[in-house]
This record gives sequence, structure tokens and C-alpha cells, in this order.
Amino acid sequence: MNDIQLPAIDYAALLPMLIVFGAACVGILVEAFAPRGWRFVIQVSLTIGGLVAGLVAIIVNRDLEITTIGGAVTVDGPGLFLQGAIIILGIVSLGLIAERRLERGGPFVAEAAHAANSDGDKRQEREPGATEVFPLTLFAIAGMMLFCVSGDLLTMFVALEVFSLPLYLLCGLARRRRLISQEAALKYFLLGAFASAFFLYGVALLYGYAGTVSLTGIREGVLQSEQSGILLAAGLALLAIGLLFKAAAVPFHVWTPDVYQGAPTPVTALMAACTKAAAFGGLLRVFNVAFETTAWDWQPVLATVAILTMVVGSILAVAQTDIKRLLAYSSVANAGYLLVGVVSLNGAVGSSLFYLIAYGFSVLGAFAMVTLVRDSEGEATHLSRWAGLGKGSPLFSALFTFLMLGFAGIPLTSGFTSKFALFSSAWDSDQSVLVIVGVLSSVVLAFPYLKVVVLLWLNPPGEETPTVSVPSMLTRAVIFAGVAVTFVLGVAPSFLLDIVADAGPFLAK
Amino acid sequence: MSLSQWVPLVVLFTLATLFALFSVTIAPYIGPRRYNKAKLEAYECGIEPTPTPPGGSRFPVKFYLTAMLFIIFDIEIVFLYPWAVAFDSLGMFGFVEMLLFIVTVFVAYTYVWRRGGLDWD
Amino acid sequence: MDSITYAPATGALSSMWLLVAIPALSATVLLLLGRRADKWGHWLGVASVLASFVLGVTYFLQLRGIDGTGNKSLSVDLFEFIHIGDLNVSVGLLFDPLTAVFVLLITGVGFLIHLYAVGYMSHDPGRRRFFAYFNLFVAAMLLLVLGDNYVMLYAGWEGVGLASYLLISFWSDRPAAATAGKKAFLINRVGDVGFALAIFLMFATFGTTNYADVFNGVLASEAGQTVSAGVLLAMGLLLLLGACGKSGQFPLQTWLPDAMEGPTPVSALIHAATMVTAGVYMIARSQVIFNANETAQTVVVSIGALTLLIGCVIGCAKDGIKRVLAYSTVSQIGYMFLAVGLGGGAYALGIIHLLAHGFFKAGLFLGAGSVMHGMKDQEDIRRFGGLWKYMRITWATFGLGYLAIIGIPPLSGFFTKDPIILAAFNREGWTGWLFGSAALLGAGLTAFYMTRLFVLTFHGRPRWQKEGEGGAHAASATDAHGAHADAHGAAIARTEDGRDIQHPHESPWIMTVPLMLLAVGSVAAGWLMSTSVVDWLTPVFGEHEEGHAHLTHTQVTIATVAVTVLGVALGYLLFRGGTSLVEQPARTHLVRAARNNLYADRFNELVFELPGRLLTRALVWVDNRGVDGIVNGLAAAFGGGSGRLRRLQTGYVRTYALSILSGAFLIVAALLAVRLG
Repeated sequence: MNDIQLPAIDYAALLPMLIVFGAACVGILVEAFAPRGWRFVIQVSLTIGGLVAGLVAIIVNRDLEITTIGGAVTVDGPGLFLQGAIIILGIVSLGLIAERRLERGGPFVAEAAHAANSDGDKRQEREPGATEVFPLTLFAIAGMMLFCVSGDLLTMFVALEVFSLPLYLLCGLARRRRLISQEAALKYFLLGAFASAFFLYGVALLYGYAGTVSLTGIREGVLQSEQSGILLAAGLALLAIGLLFKAAAVPFHVWTPDVYQGAPTPVTALMAACTKAAAFGGLLRVFNVAFETTAWDWQPVLATVAILTMVVGSILAVAQTDIKRLLAYSSVANAGYLLVGVVSLNGAVGSSLFYLIAYGFSVLGAFAMVTLVRDSEGEATHLSRWAGLGKGSPLFSALFTFLMLGFAGIPLTSGFTSKFALFSSAWDSDQSVLVIVGVLSSVVLAFPYLKVVVLLWLNPPGEETPTVSVPSMLTRAVIFAGVAVTFVLGVAPSFLLDIVADAGPFLAK
Repeated sequence: MSLSQWVPLVVLFTLATLFALFSVTIAPYIGPRRYNKAKLEAYECGIEPTPTPPGGSRFPVKFYLTAMLFIIFDIEIVFLYPWAVAFDSLGMFGFVEMLLFIVTVFVAYTYVWRRGGLDWD
Repeated sequence: MDSITYAPATGALSSMWLLVAIPALSATVLLLLGRRADKWGHWLGVASVLASFVLGVTYFLQLRGIDGTGNKSLSVDLFEFIHIGDLNVSVGLLFDPLTAVFVLLITGVGFLIHLYAVGYMSHDPGRRRFFAYFNLFVAAMLLLVLGDNYVMLYAGWEGVGLASYLLISFWSDRPAAATAGKKAFLINRVGDVGFALAIFLMFATFGTTNYADVFNGVLASEAGQTVSAGVLLAMGLLLLLGACGKSGQFPLQTWLPDAMEGPTPVSALIHAATMVTAGVYMIARSQVIFNANETAQTVVVSIGALTLLIGCVIGCAKDGIKRVLAYSTVSQIGYMFLAVGLGGGAYALGIIHLLAHGFFKAGLFLGAGSVMHGMKDQEDIRRFGGLWKYMRITWATFGLGYLAIIGIPPLSGFFTKDPIILAAFNREGWTGWLFGSAALLGAGLTAFYMTRLFVLTFHGRPRWQKEGEGGAHAASATDAHGAHADAHGAAIARTEDGRDIQHPHESPWIMTVPLMLLAVGSVAAGWLMSTSVVDWLTPVFGEHEEGHAHLTHTQVTIATVAVTVLGVALGYLLFRGGTSLVEQPARTHLVRAARNNLYADRFNELVFELPGRLLTRALVWVDNRGVDGIVNGLAAAFGGGSGRLRRLQTGYVRTYALSILSGAFLIVAALLAVRLG
């Protein structure tokens, strides 16, 4: 019985995740023991404190490159960058989650399990929202952090579940329009579980092929294994499906519009920014580390998925009449652009990371602004309601226009620099067809953004134009961060590009 | 790898399927038919079944909560077994790790307890 | 050609970024201060452009001071913009003779138009916002011509597009303005795709987007055949697509006339003098690429020739004063494309025509604005007439612009258009005759429709009196309301609310002074530029021998003047007595086609919009209903049951799961196929 080798654990490398997970556990104890009136303040400070401490730990770790706990975790340049990106985007989206001025009691309800429109549900309309959202957010963020640095597929699966489950829950907590919120949560959960099953099945097949679940082990297995190539191909496909689901790639995007629309807008923002970063972090790692040597097999398939995603996402965005659904389809199309980066392998890792940050901030800003347009029913997200807002709220409309132009890729916004960097590195990696489709689809995608701009400024206001509420400093800070980063990365992106370049490639040893 | 080594497995599955089909099919024909009230009731761990209208209906979500709590502690036990078996070779390291694991489960437990998850009404 | 090097800028020129920064700063201030700047905002806008102009002149003088052998291309590297992998794009500016003339044109004419706009927009509540956008445009346009690499060019390119979009839809309460703005934006995006792909292609081929490195790469590849001709051709054609979008050339010309919905100073500055010539600038700047493959040049020439004829033909059929001028812009830019496509010495000809056009077309548009200002925004030339008595200055300056555009010696159009026609004739082979004749025909048509415009507006019987005085026209004027429901009617309809203009008046000095200055430019510029600017541009385009000749200069001059006089005479004879107030029934197909913009809009609709809309609808259907829907839909179609169709509701999780599953099957199958196949 003495042949068990205890794995070496590098606690420094794990520290950022330990901090965030720890803060989440403390958050649960706060829920258990702190008096009701104090919880909100304690939770907000604890969450922000935990995330900032995690960020500091990441910055301290910045030059670390190590594989630890028996290969379960690989901390390397891109991994640390992604963790940092997720934490920063998480801190920003926390501004929306903690906003309590727009809606009495915050954007969440206390208990999601009440049937919509039941007596209990009506009663809780006047009660303050659940403070459990903070530990849930922390768990989700910590899971995403682990997901990006997983060294083997099982750890990756656990991380996937750790960040997915809190998100399922958070989706069902919207204070207004309870029914579609619950529907979104259930749909996301069912389909998410479905996709997880694919992922797990893929892991099993790959284990059968390579005799290991570690990413580097599979990389070596490709060269040495005597098993049938069918196991590899099928395993790779099923694994990819699980990941593409989270990334919202066509045809696994079907949940995106419903869930984005139904979830509370702060949670939608969190998903659009952080989940996107985590999912693509995972995709980039899996394909760059484990399957780089079999690229010839999967590149054509993934390239097809990328093309489909770009085309379908951008075309369907044109037909949307709800701003949250529009942003959902635009997020699908952006997933397509990022897939171009995945297909281009090493050549485009840096620009994909840059794109994630640029897109994350813009989309956070956009969703933050969506939370402001309100009437007595809560957020007014139907586009027809947005007509003529520019007359009464010029500052709001100007900022939103700027973000839309950023999404459309106009120069002097991060939308331009990030797309430019991504597409040029993809072209450099001989993916010219994907770049052409990407550029064409981004033209199509410019149209819905333009439609919103035209609505804001040029259309006469409707019968009951909603008002643009004045938020607290938190949401203002989020909007400011979104707009400022979109602008700064559009004008002087080099500092971030330098950081991305320093991050280097994924550790494949 | 040759296919021949799978033959016993195929045989096993075939036999199992045949046996299941056989016993289900044959039971109504050869079994005695002496019904009473208890036999016609749904079996629920030997206690009085919760009355539900025919065709099923809603019943309290509390059942699910209890079931979930049960599963959490069940899984905890499942983890404790192999640790107990390999206690000697894992030593202090294993002990500390297991303590941490139990603590995290207890964090969830205290939350459920304090927020009234264990009260039936 | 030797390899191309840019010397680092010294002295005053090292601060050339100020050219862009000053108007950009002014735009920011105007936008940020909001209503607080309403009182004085427009003067800040004017002052910032004036400052840029003064700076531009200073830089120009410094550049002129460099003696013959010195390097006249000075660049300054500001900071690193995008650096990732092998790609390195820096924010760098370049000031060379080509840039210099553009800077002077943009800031000089821009200043005059800004000044004019102070008067023109004086009653508009959004005047401050207007000047902010106007400054933004100047900044972006200067960035476009000053950049030292294609990414900077692209940034400026999109910037001017954005400003133009904002300004076209400035009067957003008019639906036509909003639609026109959208159209301009979208069609430009189509062109931008070409431009963006060209940049990626350059980066992939040469590893850089800097002008100097790309051009040297092309030159080196010409010597060593390192880059295939196909790649160079693709690069040229993609750039050309971008140029066609921005410059309103065939087949992307339809947005430009619609853009006239914007305020008139916008039409003058953006859609006549500067932005729409950006395509010409781009081709001239990329001359090395276009010189390297003849096919691309032939395409440029053909597009130029075709567009110049299209513009002329439609111009003859339009009745809005700004519409006619817009089509004449399309046509004149066609001349410029023709010139830069011919290559060699004709590059400089294209540029001087561009400069001259900047003066006289800006003058014409501002004159048109002045007429509309005095006529309560009436825009239909059939309802003008005899205005020369009421607005003498506008009449005189417009007349000079008119003579300049049709190329009457010794006004500027003569000196700049004539050599282009000559160069077209002297292209080698039979194509020379073809393109030369097209250019010559265009000159005649230009003379005709511009005469029609001029005579109907300023001469003949007044057709704008009150109903009692106009007597006979009372009935037909009412008819006109109904007849104007055509494509261009929307803007006109705004003013046709039954009131007639009683007292046409001359515009205030702040509007007439720019008119006079621009008129002086239209008169003098051609002669001034025809030699000196060509020499000035030699460092950029190189020396060229007069080669092959089908016709001599004298022959072409005589032919051109003869055709022009013929066009004028015909126009005068037909329209000296005025015209009917209602649209005459179109008797021939050509007239009908010309009135419908040669069906270009309908073509776009059929070829681009319709398939797009169908595809969208199909995709929405599939996406809403998923695979499940298709299966059920087929079942329903076969069963014919409407009840089943009703069950095809959206949003079922099982539907979603099924489409995920189908996708999964496809992906697994595809990967296995790749693996096994």
C-alpha cells in the first residue's frame, strides 16, 4: 500500500483560486450567520476584497510557469492572463450585480423557487433580493479561473460544472419577468447538462485512446498510441461539442438568445464577458496543447463551425427586435471570430486573448446601459421602445452609440483593433478564407448595430418612451469602464498587446 | 486488438437480456393472483404512501431538497471510504486534505441549517 | 523606379500631428461642452480649421524649401499602435508633395465652407453639433491623407465615413435623410470590406502595411518575381473596391446622390470637394501597386469611363439642383479615375483635376445652397428662373464655376480636363480610342446638362411667382404635387407645401465671400496648376516621357472645345424658354432609365438586398424552430394539417436539444470522415 505517490503542490500557483474559492465559502458562512440587515454590505466588500486579492496574487505570479498537483493544474502565461481577465471582468460586472438604486432591493429576487405569479412570488417583489448571488458569482468566477488552467480533462470537467451550476441558478433570479427568467434558467440547465454529457463522453473516449486524461499526455499519445484513430476523432469531436456549447458556437448556440434575454441583465453581462473568456480559454488550451499535432484532422471541421457561427450569428442579429437578443446573437457572431483565432492555433493565441478583453469590456458597458432603460415594468428591452431616446437622453445615447460603433469595428474603438489584430494573425496562419468570411460577416453585423443607432437618434419617440434611469456610482463606473476601455484599446492598444505577447504560448510540456 | 475477447461480454449481455425478458413475460402467467390493499399500493420505503391523485400531480419541493442533501452526504461518505482504506500510505497529508473536504461540506451544511433548509414546515 | 525611402521630419514638420489634433480637439470640446458652447461654438470650429490651414501652409513652404535633390517625403513616427506577432503598425504620419496638396485643399476649401456654414446654418438649433461633426470630418480626412501606412489610411477612411454618415442624417426629422445616411454607411461598408481584405493581403504578402515597405516589396517582386501577379492583381482590385465605395464609382455610386439630403455645406465639402476624392487619393498613393499590373489599371480606367458616362446621362434627367450637381460629381470623379488608371504621367493629371474640381464644385454647391437659401429651400430647378436679377453675386460666381466645369478656356476645367481626354486617347491600342471617345462624349454631355441647370436656374422667365401672377401655371403646379412621388421627391416635397416664393434675396456676406473666393479659385487654379503642380508632384509619381500618340494636343483641344460648345448651344436652345413644371412623360427607354438612376437602386435591391432578406428569413425560421421544426414542417407540408403547423411553437428545450444533437452528429461524422477519408 505504500506505492501512492503524494503529488507536489505549488500553493503559490493555486493561491489566486484558493483565495476566490475561500472567499466564496466565507460568503456562505456570512449568509448563515450574519444578521439580515448587514449581509449586503458584508457580501459586497467580501466579494470585491476576495477578487482584488486574487488579482494581486495573479500579478505576483505573473512570471510563473508550472504544472502542479500531479498535472491537474497548469499555470502558464496565457492561463494567468485569462485568470486575470476573468477576475477584472468579474469585478466590473459586480458593479451591476450590486446595483440597488435602479430597482428597490436590487435586480434579483430573494427566492427563485416560487412559482411565477404565485402569492409568494408577489410578496417577494417588495423584499430585498438574495445576497447569495455574491458567493454564487464568486464560485462561478473561481470555476472559470480553474477551467482556464486545467491540466487534465477531468479537472476541466469539474471546473466546467463549478462555474456552470451557479450560473444556472443566477439566471433564474431576475426580479422582473419571472417566468422567462425561470424558463431561461431551466433551459440553460437542461441543455448545459446535455452538453456536459458530451464532454464527459469525449473524455472517456480520449482516455481509451491515450490512456490518460492529461492534455500533454494526449498530445504525446497522438504520436505513440496504438489505438484506433476513430477513438481519437470521436473523442475530440464530443469534447469539442461540450466546449463549443459554452462558447455559443453554431449549432450549439440555440440556448444563447433565450438565456441572455431571460437572465437578469447583470448576469447576462457576466456570462457574455466572463463565460466567453473562460470557454475560449478552455478551447484555446485544449486545441493548442492536446490536439496541436492532429490539427490537420480537426481544422477543417472547426473552420466550418467558425464560418457557420459567424454567418448565422450575424445574419440572425439583423432580424432581432429585442436589444438583449440582439446582443446575444452578436455574441454568437463574436464567438465565430474567436473560433477563427482557435483554428489559427499558436499564431493567434495572443490576439484571441486581446479580443476577449476588448469584447468583454464593450459588452459589459452595453449591458450596463441596457439596465438603465426602464419603465414601470422594469427594463424595456424591446427595440421599438428605444426609438427616439436620443432626444431626451443625449449622453446615454451618445455613449451607447459609441459602444455600438465599437462592436461594428469602426477605427478608434477596440472593436477595430481587436478584429484587426485577430484577423491579421489568422491570415498570417493561412486562414484567409476564414478571414474573408469574418470581414464579410462583420459588415452584415454592422447593420443591426446601426439599426439601434438609427432608432436612438433618428426615429420619433413612441407613445410611451421609457426613461433612462439615473444609476448609482456602481453602474456608472461599469459604463465608464466599458466606454473608456473600448476607447483606450482602440487608440493605444499596445500596452495590452505587449502583456499578451509576454504571456507567450500555452505550456505544452 | 481482436474482437474475440469481447465474445464473453456479448454472451453475458445476451443472456441477461433474455433472462429479463423471460421473467417479466412469464410472471403474470405462472404467478398466483391474491390481491390485498397493501399489494396494490405504491411501495415507499415501507411507510404510508403520500396520497396523490391518479395520473400524478405536484408535490412539495421539500422532497427534492431532502434528496439533494442526502446525496451530498452520501458522496461525502463515498470519498471517506477509499481514504480510510489508504489511510496509512496517505498519512498526515491525506488527513489534512480530508479535513478540508469535510469542512467545505460543513460550510454548506451550516448554510442549509441556519437558513431553515432542514425544517419541514 | 528606385526604392522608396521616407526621411524623418525635422523642424516645424515634426509637429505635423497638430494638423489632425487641432480640429479633433475642437470637435471634442464642442461635443463635450454641449449647449454651453452654443453661442460661440461655430467660431471655434472655423478657427480650428483656419489654424490647420495656416499650419498646412507653413509645412508646405518648408517642403518647398527643400532643394531639388533632397528627399521630399518626410515622415514622423508617433507611437506604436498595434504590435502583435510579426504585425507592427505604428501611428506614423507622412508629408510629401501629394499629401501637401491634399492638406491645402482640405483645410483651404474646408475653411471657406466652414465660414459659409456659419451663415447657412445660422437658424439651425443644432449648429454647434453640426460644427463638431464638421471638425471631426476635417480631422479624419487629414488623418486619411497624412497616414504613412494603410492602417492609418483605413482609420481615416472609416472616420470620414462616420462623419459623413452623421452629417447626411443631420436633419434626422426627415425620413429621407435617415435613409440616405444608412445607405451611405452600408454601401461604404461594402467597399471597406475590399479595403480591409487588401490590407490583410498586404500584411500576409509583405509582412507590413507601411507605404514604403509595401511599395518596395512590390518593386522588388517586379524585379525578382517573388510575388505572383495574381496576388498583386487581387490587392489592386480589392483596393479599387474600397475606392469605388468611397468615391461613388460604379457599381457603388448610388449612395452619393442620396447623400444630398445633408445640409448643403456638407455636400460641398464632403460629397464634392474632399471625401469622395479619397478613392482617387488612394489609387494615386498606391500607384506602385497599380503600375505593377496592367489588368488592374485597365479595370480602373474602365470603371472611370463607365462612371463618367453614367453620371452624365443621369445628370441630364434630374430636376433637383443638388441632384444634378451630385451626378456631375460622380461623373467628374470618373474622369479622375480614368486619369489615375491610365498611369504614368496621368496620375498628376488626375490629381490636378481633383484639385480644380474641389474649387469649382465646392463653389457650385455653395452657390446652389445660396439659391436655396434665398428661395426658402426650394430645390427644383423647374421652379427657378430669372434669378440672376435677384442674386447677382451668386449668379456670377455660379456662372464662373459652371464655365470651369464644362472646360471653357481659360478657366480651370479646361486646363485639367483637356489633358485627361488627351491622355485617354493616347492610351496604347484600340482601347485608347474607346476611352478617349467616352471622355470626349462625357465633356459634351457635361456641357449640355450644366447649361440646362444654369439656364433654368438663373435665366429665362421666373417660374416661382405667386399663383395669380404665374396664371397659367396654377393648375400644373398643383399637378406637380402628385407627380413628385418618385424617388427623389421626398426632399422636394418638404418645400412644396403650396407656398410660393415671393422675394428671392441674395445671401449675407458670410456666405457670398466664400463664394467669391472659390470663384477666383475656379478661374485661376487651372492655369496655375497645370504646370506647377505637375512639377511639384514629380517626386511622388516620377518623370514620364510623352510616349505613344494617336492624336496631338491641338487636335484634342479643338475637338473638346467643339463638343463643349455644341453641348452648350443645344442646352441653351432647348431651355432658354424655361421648361414645363410637370415631368414630361418619358418617351424613350433611355429617358425612363435615366430618371430611375439607370436602375442602379433596383439592381442593388435585386442582387444584394433580396437574397439577403430571404436568407435572413429562412435562417430565422430554422433557428426559431430548429431541426424539429424542419421535420414537423415537412410532416405538416405532406399532411397538409394546419393544426400541426400551429404546434410549431418556438422555444421548446427539446427542439433545442435536438438541434444540438444533430449538430453533434454532424461534427462527429465530419471528424470521422476527415480521419478515415
